[in-house]
Amino acid sequence: MISHFANLGVILRRELASYFATPVAYVFIVIFLLMAGSFTFYLGNFYEREIADLQPFFQFHPWLYLFLVPAVGMRLWAEERKYGTIELLLTLPVTTGEAVLAKFLAAWLFIGLALVLTFPIWITVNMLGDPDNGVIVTGYIGSWLMAGSFLAISACLSAVTRNQVVAFIIAVVVCFGFLLSGLPLVLDIFRGWLAQPVVDAIANLSFLGHFNSISRGVVDLRDLVYFALVIGFWLAANRIVIEIKKAQ
Amino acid sequence: MIEAKKLTRRYGDFTAVDRLSFTVEPGTVLGFLGPNGAGKSTTMKMLTGFLPPTSGTATIHGHDIVSDSLAARRLIGYLPEGAPLYGELPVQRFLEFVAGARGYRGSEAKTRVERAIDRLQLDEVRPQTIETLSKGFKRRVGLAQAILSDPPVLVLDEPTDGLDPNQKQQVRRLIREMAEDKIIIISTHILEEVDALCSRAMIIARGRLLADDTPASLLARSRYARAVSLACEDLQAAASALSELPEAGEVEIRRGLVTAFPSGQGDLFQAVTQLAKARGWRVTRMQLEAGRFDDVFRRITREEDQEKAA
Repeated sequence: MISHFANLGVILRRELASYFATPVAYVFIVIFLLMAGSFTFYLGNFYEREIADLQPFFQFHPWLYLFLVPAVGMRLWAEERKYGTIELLLTLPVTTGEAVLAKFLAAWLFIGLALVLTFPIWITVNMLGDPDNGVIVTGYIGSWLMAGSFLAISACLSAVTRNQVVAFIIAVVVCFGFLLSGLPLVLDIFRGWLAQPVVDAIANLSFLGHFNSISRGVVDLRDLVYFALVIGFWLAANRIVIEIKKAQ
Repeated sequence: MIEAKKLTRRYGDFTAVDRLSFTVEPGTVLGFLGPNGAGKSTTMKMLTGFLPPTSGTATIHGHDIVSDSLAARRLIGYLPEGAPLYGELPVQRFLEFVAGARGYRGSEAKTRVERAIDRLQLDEVRPQTIETLSKGFKRRVGLAQAILSDPPVLVLDEPTDGLDPNQKQQVRRLIREMAEDKIIIISTHILEEVDALCSRAMIIARGRLLADDTPASLLARSRYARAVSLACEDLQAAASALSELPEAGEVEIRRGLVTAFPSGQGDLFQAVTQLAKARGWRVTRMQLEAGRFDDVFRRITREEDQEKAA
């Protein structure tokens, strides 16, 4: 078991090395910071609200992640399959599950790094007023969990194809569905022909609902379990897709 | 020892590998020989644990490739077809990754990486990004990762493909050096390579094993084996005289040479020499032919086609 975790670290470090060996990492971080900042100030009216919190900052994260996280996730497996390195990786003495988890964790840590680099806004709000820093911490945790959910979906779908653009588009669409499943736009489609409990269940799948409560500082175990389940489910699916697809 | 038992792989209706059974002992360089799409790569992918077989199985030194896959994979160094590598990484960093994944840590990992770099003469390119390397260097990096753990089994899918003649020589020398106590399986469609490298050759076509022998015995199956070719002034006259010999079977003229194939009785070379002397031919060239691999290969794979048609 110990050797398993050790190999996890080996693959994880190789993944991270690849991010920073190419412009991908730097482009992602810069774009993420620029967009997070401009959304907060221009769309979120950070100053005009005159409230010392980071709601205007967190409320746009789902929409930022919708495009940026699939952009990180699309290469995870599609690239391995395109260049044939998947054969190299999976004939080393590592398990498929280990590889899936390591790649996911590397990308998740990387997104976490981008998130941490938004710290100046935290400092700013503390200089301007007296915010509830506990709420801000849970906001960051919630945001990172949601990013992980988007990422698990993107990673799984990236194993479906060797074309990164296709992987990106499918991932955005599926993530969009998960994001909006609590809104009437999506629910109305199901309302006519599904029983109310099923419609409620679909509404409960929404990222937005779970994220909003966490980002307001309400740490409900159910929300944490929800994100953990979403990530777990998509990673398990990821492993199965790879086992099926590598034969083709 | 590698033991394959009725190893089979199907893709839908297509059978890529069809009940392949064989055993390989240490100290063997086994060549998989076959046309493109014959199932060589698919067999290698199964032996190395990448693809699960549809039916049948194989064991690597007693470890089953399906039920005990990790243990089997620890014993194998593998160069996949086309030598895929993480192009964005520097050579040394890539080899460190492979050392880590093979379970080496600290100074042990460092020693392994250094030894592989040394063995494949990669020192000058160690800080270079892999994707900027020439094809020859890339292939050497691929080989370096395969031999890094000094595994008892090496599976090399077309190890010399795309290399220039000097690089091919280098790779072959390396394989020969390592051959002594290992099992090395290479696939190739370069026939001369089998003769140069392998102690045993398996001809595979349409996923089926058609021949399994030493290169020498395979060559003996060629109609050219111990045929005699000569060049002289009047090829037509020589050909008709040669065909009178009881030692000669067929006779053919090709590219300024007349070739007599042995009938199976007597010593053809002796007979031709005496005949030439007796008739006073001005022979400018005369040679005893070795078997030709392409001829054996064509005959064996074609026989199969004819069986199919019948």
